Amino acid sequence: MTAYILRRLLHMIPIVFGVAVLVFVLFATVGEDPVRTALGSHATPEAIADLRSRWGLDKPLPMQFVDFVRRIATFDLGESYNSGEKLTVIFKRGALVSLSVTVPPFLVGIVLSIAVALLIAYFRGSWLDHYSTFVFVGSMSVSYLVYIITFQYVFAFRLDWFPISGYEPGLASIPYLLLPWIIIVVVSAGPDIRVLRTVFLDETRADYVRTAFAKGAGEGRVLFKHILKNAMIPVLTYWVTSVPFLILGAFLMERFFSIPGIGDTLINAVNTGDRPILMTLTVLIAIAYSLFNLLTDILYAYVDPRVKLS
Amino acid sequence: MIAAPGGLVGRAVANLRRRRFVLFCGGVVALYTLIALAGYVGLLPDFQERVGGSYEPPTLAPATILGTDIFGRSVLYKVLAGTRTAMTIGFVVTAISIPLGMLLGAVAGYYGGKVDALVVWLYSVVTSIPSILLIIGISYVLGKGLLAVCLALGLVGWVGLCRLTRGEVLKHKGREYVLAAQLLGAGDARVIVRHILPNVMHLPIVTASLAVLDAIKSEVILTFLGVGIQDGDSWGTMIQDATGELAQGIWWPLVGVTVAMFAIIYALNVVGDALRDALDPKLN
Repeated sequence: MTAYILRRLLHMIPIVFGVAVLVFVLFATVGEDPVRTALGSHATPEAIADLRSRWGLDKPLPMQFVDFVRRIATFDLGESYNSGEKLTVIFKRGALVSLSVTVPPFLVGIVLSIAVALLIAYFRGSWLDHYSTFVFVGSMSVSYLVYIITFQYVFAFRLDWFPISGYEPGLASIPYLLLPWIIIVVVSAGPDIRVLRTVFLDETRADYVRTAFAKGAGEGRVLFKHILKNAMIPVLTYWVTSVPFLILGAFLMERFFSIPGIGDTLINAVNTGDRPILMTLTVLIAIAYSLFNLLTDILYAYVDPRVKLS
Repeated sequence: MIAAPGGLVGRAVANLRRRRFVLFCGGVVALYTLIALAGYVGLLPDFQERVGGSYEPPTLAPATILGTDIFGRSVLYKVLAGTRTAMTIGFVVTAISIPLGMLLGAVAGYYGGKVDALVVWLYSVVTSIPSILLIIGISYVLGKGLLAVCLALGLVGWVGLCRLTRGEVLKHKGREYVLAAQLLGAGDARVIVRHILPNVMHLPIVTASLAVLDAIKSEVILTFLGVGIQDGDSWGTMIQDATGELAQGIWWPLVGVTVAMFAIIYALNVVGDALRDALDPKLN
């Protein structure tokens, strides 16, 4: 097991390196000169040269790349071009806020969609199954933006059930987060339930299901004891791989509700050309994604005795 | 064992009704494509033209059936212009990502070894970056606009198909018919294109309808975020404007765009599902 994990971690190195190269090429070699953007058109040549050397942009590109990789490898991430704040501080603050936006609806969504998908699988082929498919495909056919706009308008603006936007730290954030949570649960329900329904229905064709029925187990028992347990493996993968993207947050949500999370930080960085934030954040998310992939495979081996890690 | 629901007759009726609905959805896709083509030959009305006062609610006249916007332009005409943009992006992105995914997947699966490792590395890199960031990065490089959105979405969208194709080709590579073709002296290109690919063609066909749908949805969000279409004839721009308008009680632009988007996305979803049910050998 240890050897397997070590080998997988080694495999991550070329991937993360590739991500770093791609990110560097995309964000650092083209686009506007951040020094000029920061200082405006009336800056003196000395000021420009000064800032350029402070940001390390006077070095040749390969050296800049080495600097970039070194900063990530040592977790001394450097500073934002705009605020001069340390990236570690910005990311830590933003990540906690983003997680508070995305984790609660993620957890509620898991329970809810497993329950609904099981129910639909139980009544497969009936009118419930038939019409729920129509409803879920329909719910997936409306743009995410439209959900946010109409929910915000109806429930916050017209009915005044929730604040329209804003954020306060700590528990005081809950009233502000309720509506984003509801929207995330509603938007992700359609695709989640459809995937899970297929997973559960695939399992119903397995041999062990026939055996269980042959032994006289009832439909409910087969569904909840046998199928649910066996279906946990694809279900697990489906969710674990989406965990790293929770950090990125539902960044449309953060934009609409003025929540200062990572997503909001990121969009501001895009609009203002804050390269350190953009580049570092992308690589960190890629690392998180690879780690969670590894975690999924390890969990696989735990829940499914047939899977051998090698 | 779990009984087939509805019995034979019931199933047949359900199947027929479903097929009629699938045909209808195919018709919707064709209609949208026609609208887009009409836009290219100049048959769509000019959406920049004023057809009434500012923010007039819908009337029964064709031009103002969806009301007017702030400048008195027809919302319907704007939706139609947006349809052209959306369908263009849907098709161009698919035309980039599907061949790319097929090619890389087939080559990786067939040759294995170093080539395979390279392709796997490439898609591991692309998938571990959240696609929205990658797309923003690419449009950073290419400048903003239609071309950048198409290229960005296309260069990100090939991964899923590549992975599927690689897996399938890997399975087919060892089969007798492939060995026979090789023994008869067929070159690698011929074996891949003439013998293996026809057996995995269900993958690109099913993926394509979903790729069109994904591209349309992504374009709207990118444009909304300010990195997509810049010159106004996009559903994303309309949704962006609608955010402020809704608070003033002006609901018709949002409803117009939402209905237009809903119809095409729903239709593509249904067509995609039907294609998968019909073509995927695992489901038969």
